[in-house]
Amino acid sequence: MAHLRIVPDNTKIPFMRMRKWTFPLAAFLSIMSVILFFTVGPNYGIDFLGGTVIEIQTKDAKPDLGKLRSTLNGLGLGDVQVQTIGADNSILIRMGQQDGGEEAQQAAIGKIRTALVDQAEFRRTEIVGPRVSGELASKGALAMLVTFAAIAIYVWFRFEWQFAAGSIISAANVVVMTFGFYVVTQHEFNLTSLAAILTTIGYSLNDTVVVYDRIRETLRKYKKIPLGDLIDRAINDMLGRTVITTVTTLIALFSLYIFGGEVIQAFTLAMIFGVLAAIFSSVCVAAPILIYFGLRSDQMSKKEDVEAAGKA
Amino acid sequence: MLHFTRWKMIAILTVVVVGLLAALPNLFSKETVDSWPSWVPKRQMVLGLDLQGGAYLLYEVDRQDYVQKRLRSLVGDIRKAMLQEPRIGYSGLGVQGQGVQLRIRDLSQLDEVKKRLEPLRNQLATSALGGTAVNEFDLTVGNDGLVQMAYSTAGLDQRIRQIVDQSIEVIGRRIDQLGTVEPSIQRQGSDRILVEAPGLDDPERLKTLVGQTAQLTFHLVDTGVSPTADTRKPGTIVLNSTDTPPVPYVLEEAPLLTGEDLTDAQATFDSRTNEPVVSFRLSSAGARVFGDVTQKNVNRPFAIVLDDKVISAPVIREPILGGSGQISGNFSIQSANDLAILLRAGSLPAKLTIVEERNIGPGLGADSIRSGKIAAIIGTAAVCAFMVMTYGVLGWIANIAVIVNVILIFSIVTILGATLSLPGIAGVIITVGTAVDSNVLIYERIREEFRAGRSAIASIDAGFHKALGTILDANVTTLIAALVLFYMGSGPIRGFAVTHAIGVATTMFTAFTFTRLLVAMWVRWRRPTKITL
Repeated sequence: MAHLRIVPDNTKIPFMRMRKWTFPLAAFLSIMSVILFFTVGPNYGIDFLGGTVIEIQTKDAKPDLGKLRSTLNGLGLGDVQVQTIGADNSILIRMGQQDGGEEAQQAAIGKIRTALVDQAEFRRTEIVGPRVSGELASKGALAMLVTFAAIAIYVWFRFEWQFAAGSIISAANVVVMTFGFYVVTQHEFNLTSLAAILTTIGYSLNDTVVVYDRIRETLRKYKKIPLGDLIDRAINDMLGRTVITTVTTLIALFSLYIFGGEVIQAFTLAMIFGVLAAIFSSVCVAAPILIYFGLRSDQMSKKEDVEAAGKA
Repeated sequence: MLHFTRWKMIAILTVVVVGLLAALPNLFSKETVDSWPSWVPKRQMVLGLDLQGGAYLLYEVDRQDYVQKRLRSLVGDIRKAMLQEPRIGYSGLGVQGQGVQLRIRDLSQLDEVKKRLEPLRNQLATSALGGTAVNEFDLTVGNDGLVQMAYSTAGLDQRIRQIVDQSIEVIGRRIDQLGTVEPSIQRQGSDRILVEAPGLDDPERLKTLVGQTAQLTFHLVDTGVSPTADTRKPGTIVLNSTDTPPVPYVLEEAPLLTGEDLTDAQATFDSRTNEPVVSFRLSSAGARVFGDVTQKNVNRPFAIVLDDKVISAPVIREPILGGSGQISGNFSIQSANDLAILLRAGSLPAKLTIVEERNIGPGLGADSIRSGKIAAIIGTAAVCAFMVMTYGVLGWIANIAVIVNVILIFSIVTILGATLSLPGIAGVIITVGTAVDSNVLIYERIREEFRAGRSAIASIDAGFHKALGTILDANVTTLIAALVLFYMGSGPIRGFAVTHAIGVATTMFTAFTFTRLLVAMWVRWRRPTKITL
């Protein structure tokens, strides 16, 4: 029985020779992401900015958005954004932070409720106050840093320090690029987006570690081949696996994107981007870094000898 | 690698069967499960608010408001202490920052001042075992006669902690009276209270019930002056009524009675007007005071004040001696009922403000579950189809492993009582995507070994042997990331981390045991001589 083979056997793609182009490309994308992040900035949601989001479903199947807009903007609550999501009568109302703190937010919600209670069902209301939004942002950033630290320690124990540094830099590259993705697409950046980014860290590390594992093994097997060729061989050996796993993950993510409903669509889109970025990053950043950081196969073999001696 | 002892096989299969049984109740409705015999596992997954609808309200003690009120009452207490015989002359008594200060005229009285103010420092018991008691206020008496009583950081923190504890109790009593919801009320950090009420479809009512301070006071109305006049007597305040537009009243600041003097409150109907009213009963001490005051003030109005708003200001027609009365004030049946609940449950010790609120309607929750389920089924089916196309028979084995994996995730979530949220479903789907990675790693290894010229069985054996180390490294790193997220994250991040962390763990379990067992059984059955992967 013939099975589907996406990647032919014995591929010999010279990834490390390509690093002249791919590594600067990764660096460029990262730097651009950082620049965009600080100049344009992401479209922060209420989780980080504070404010109010209300989702309603109007009883009218085709509501008059213009009228709704003018009604809400006439309430004197500042700029109130109105947009449909999914079905025509599913409407998202967004409102920035009100002057006057938490009580003003509550009062604003009350006004909107009174104005719309006859024509719509209130499906979701989220209000995040200014203090909480700041805390959510700092907690999220802290979670990310602790994750990096914990992983670095694990990889450092299991591999050489170059691997630890490489996996962290590669994961950071994925995170930065995914932030860049949010800036470019202007998808709302909220707590769920943060969860998406943090997941891509996990995925990226998973992928990097699998590649590193193979590089380490190849290093032990062939002690005379130059490091670049060694890494190429390892990556090519794993190419079938990398592609198949990426495909299955993308299948799962796309089904979530298409059928999972409006609420997690932005979340899955970011993850789809993150998965692709992770693959790119583990081949084009994590692997070359080993060369740039001067990992030598003789170091590996020395360590092996010591370990062997210890066992004997 | 491919040899399993009998007891090992039994152990692995037992784990899988137990997992199946634990996850089983989730397929049925709550009512069906309740009717099952007692020995069957009945526990069902806890669904997050985003899936079943409900309210999430994060309250914070309004420190500034509390401190201001507390200091104002401290000013009154200090004034009283100074007026005791022999009187102590002072000047400049007032609130200053986080404290109260005054200047004593006669410096020889400083020791007496210390003695009188000492009890007002208000020792607060610390809840922690063996903790030392903290005074609410620090007292400093300067040799120049300047006396200050101010909050220390420790004193204020301890006070806020107590307020949070008391508030949790009061909120619990209030929600209990509603009877319909099973809320969770928890302390968050030092000055916050999280109220979660799943399955609630009227969040506004919950908000009015939980958030109201409900401080009830009775005051005599000063009808002698207009509320806008400058000639108000000292010791009076102006408060507005709840009417629109609000009507201002001049009241004597010192209340005749407070909510503390109430022993009971019920929503009833006024026998004459048939309007909903709240009738109350006073404690015997309260009844005595009330009788006294009403006797002396016939034909004068008194105001019933709730949270600094006048709800009604009836005129005293005759002395009220029985210790009961009623509050009327344009109530609906529900608002009368709610007020009665608030009065029975007691007032909050300080104002609480909502700093975060998330309400999900039950309709949206049901929609989310439906689309989550559809996505999960389609995603799993598509991944399974792809695996069979790529690996044939071994693809089927991978699929069985993935499905068992998903069932195990749900059973662990059920057993742990963890909450399944929408991001949690996303976590399961991601696990499906990556769980096949362990199978792919194994299968690709087997192919490589076979192409390198080993026999089929030796290739399979070596494939497992070499792949498992990689699987361990890859999954442990992912697991670390997921665990960190779980401990540090909140809301959707945590919901995702729960299922993702469990998913990584079950993936390792299935790769190391279940998948291996299935492959071993297949090898024993078919005795393959060639590997067609």
